[in-house]
Amino acid sequence: MAVDSSQSLAKAAGAQGARGRGPRTGKTPGRLRRSLSTHWYAWAMVAPVVAVIGVIIGYPLVRGLYLSTTDANEANVERTIGVNHIPATYKSVGLDNYTAVLSDGIFWDRLTWTIIWTVSCVAISFTLGLVLANMLNRKLAGRSLYRMALILPWAVPAFVSVFTWRLLFNEKNGILNKILAGGGIDAIPWLNDPTWAKLSVITVNVWLGVPFMLVAMLGGLQSIPGELYEAAEMDGANAWQRFRHITLPGLRTVSSTVILISGIWTFNMFPVIFLLTRGGPGDATEILVTYAYRLSFVVSPRDFAGSAAWGVIILLLLSLFAVVYRRALRKQGEVW
Amino acid sequence: MRRGIAATALVAALALTAAACGGDDSDSGKKSSGKLSGTVTFWDTSNDAEKGTYEKLAKGFEDLHPDVKVNYVSVAFGEANAKFKNAAGGNSGAPDVMRTEVAWVADFANLGYLAPLEGTPALDKADDYLPQAAASTKFKGKTYAAPQTIDTLALFYNKKMLKDAGVEAPKTIDEVKSAAKKIKSKSGKTGLYLRGDDPYYYLPYLYGEGGDLLDTKNKKVTVDDPQGAAAFKVMKDLVDSKAATTDASDGYNNQLNAFKDGDVAMALDGPWSIEGALQGKEFKGDKDNLGIAPVPGGSDRQASPQGGWNLAAYAGSKNLDASYEFIKYMSSAKVQQQTTEKLSLLPTRTSVYDVQSVKDNQMVQFFKPAVDKSVERPWIPQANALFEPIRLQMEKVLSGKTSPEDGAKSVGDAYRKLLKDYK
Repeated sequence: MAVDSSQSLAKAAGAQGARGRGPRTGKTPGRLRRSLSTHWYAWAMVAPVVAVIGVIIGYPLVRGLYLSTTDANEANVERTIGVNHIPATYKSVGLDNYTAVLSDGIFWDRLTWTIIWTVSCVAISFTLGLVLANMLNRKLAGRSLYRMALILPWAVPAFVSVFTWRLLFNEKNGILNKILAGGGIDAIPWLNDPTWAKLSVITVNVWLGVPFMLVAMLGGLQSIPGELYEAAEMDGANAWQRFRHITLPGLRTVSSTVILISGIWTFNMFPVIFLLTRGGPGDATEILVTYAYRLSFVVSPRDFAGSAAWGVIILLLLSLFAVVYRRALRKQGEVW
Repeated sequence: MRRGIAATALVAALALTAAACGGDDSDSGKKSSGKLSGTVTFWDTSNDAEKGTYEKLAKGFEDLHPDVKVNYVSVAFGEANAKFKNAAGGNSGAPDVMRTEVAWVADFANLGYLAPLEGTPALDKADDYLPQAAASTKFKGKTYAAPQTIDTLALFYNKKMLKDAGVEAPKTIDEVKSAAKKIKSKSGKTGLYLRGDDPYYYLPYLYGEGGDLLDTKNKKVTVDDPQGAAAFKVMKDLVDSKAATTDASDGYNNQLNAFKDGDVAMALDGPWSIEGALQGKEFKGDKDNLGIAPVPGGSDRQASPQGGWNLAAYAGSKNLDASYEFIKYMSSAKVQQQTTEKLSLLPTRTSVYDVQSVKDNQMVQFFKPAVDKSVERPWIPQANALFEPIRLQMEKVLSGKTSPEDGAKSVGDAYRKLLKDYK
């Protein structure tokens, strides 16, 4: 199957090359043709990947874009139930879905909280990861044991650890409040009070996110040559100066990438919010993706068009963030 | 030539698979002799304490029809609706028979997912069904499900704790408050657990004040009438006066645990929690300590929402004939009697209530009067979406961020957005 598609794509590309040659009267081969003749093997190699990505990412994306400009919902899309076929009856509504979302106060409330959530989660887990990586990047007894322990949250499936946290946080029977009660402190409504719930979800996400930061930072630290530190030490730089002027710049490439990636992940971190609080209490911890889920799975009939519009808006926001972030880095002379 | 051989082999292989599939098809459903065969996949939504019994009952169908295999699948109540919709709408992986909550029937039928049951074996002695139970199976004049069990909320109470405090089971909210005060002074425990996380539990308070969510006959939203705000006020007052304790999450387990362990003396719950409650330390070996009474009334009346479960056949099922028979079996008087004997769930057939063992069942004795007085919910396709706005406002009202009046008004506004033709 993969071979088939690569062949057909290579053929299609070949046809294009032939067309490109037309006006050039055949003397100097076209750029496309030249690249094809020298790199045909590379083209053939990437073709299956392009085809698969086109099918599993491109098609749903285009379909989502299209649905977001219609009034499609569960009751009017095409569906086949056994032998019965029900044709689609939804129609185009232009950009109505987008104006409806953007003019709704709910969207802006959710966006504000999503940004607070993303920034605080990334900032805290990045700082912790950096500190821990520096602590572990030296010879000390039982280093591999510590490393193992710190990576553990990553090794446990997220839903398992989130459910465990939920048990810990339970206001009436949770261990956290039992411990506090032992110290004579009143029970804290971890998940029942909007502010505490926000702190709780951020805590859990930081706990889940630190290992990734830690591993990435450790890798980055180990690629910084030790001679730099030695030289700095000879010049009389103290520990803080060495950290500030060698470690941080040395980590720049790694850290800018992990911040971007974890920013995008956190922005769309569905399981932590959904499994821990279901967006509650009320809608206090609902981020954009969990709200879009509510639209498409809790409302009946399920609103496909509305949730597609939310999805597209989320995609645009994240793309915008990535572009702006890259620009900012490039201005600082980062090659990335 | 070699290529020719490969092609021939491919064709042959394809033909074989096709034949195999065809063989499967002719295997399922009714054979020419009229005997049932094939597999019936049944999605059951009963809870952990109940599902063992249901699996055994469902498998009992195989004894009646030895050629049919029952594929019993337990699906959690919370995800069953979305899971069924995904499978049914995607035309793959949907069960043949679905245990459908009473408010889901109209929703699924509206989407064309359910097979109409008129004239099929599934509807057996339909006039034996309780009229409210039957009402929830109908959509646009057709019947899409067979009632399996009916339920409603009631007041669960710990007899010992109430007796120690010297109070009777309360009949009104005011009595709940005074009872809670006495319980607190006697044992330091809280009177009532109030579900602040589940919008379903707003309904008894709303009905108690004489209100309702919608007036489906006149297409009118009624939740933001003064009764809606009054219901919020009653709930908030119970929490503020410490007569009740509440949570914004995990309410089902917290309530059951608090009640089982004697941390609260009373809770509003349904027959599905009887089994779970009896396993707790307050009731284990002392079944009689569990008291059940109709929900305490508000300023207008004592009433609670009608709930329950129906059995529906997926319209795309490959084995509809066996599915109809399976539904008939599962909602038959005999199986209903067994569920009552084992799980104390309430039958939907009038004839079953005359059976001695059902008559003698204490839980049935407690719940039947409550069921008779229970209020039918709006059986409309959007019924399931009516809860989300309440959930949101309930939290805001209980935590004091919104006034009861504004809370009720916001719910009403959300309903008008959801139901385009309502005013």
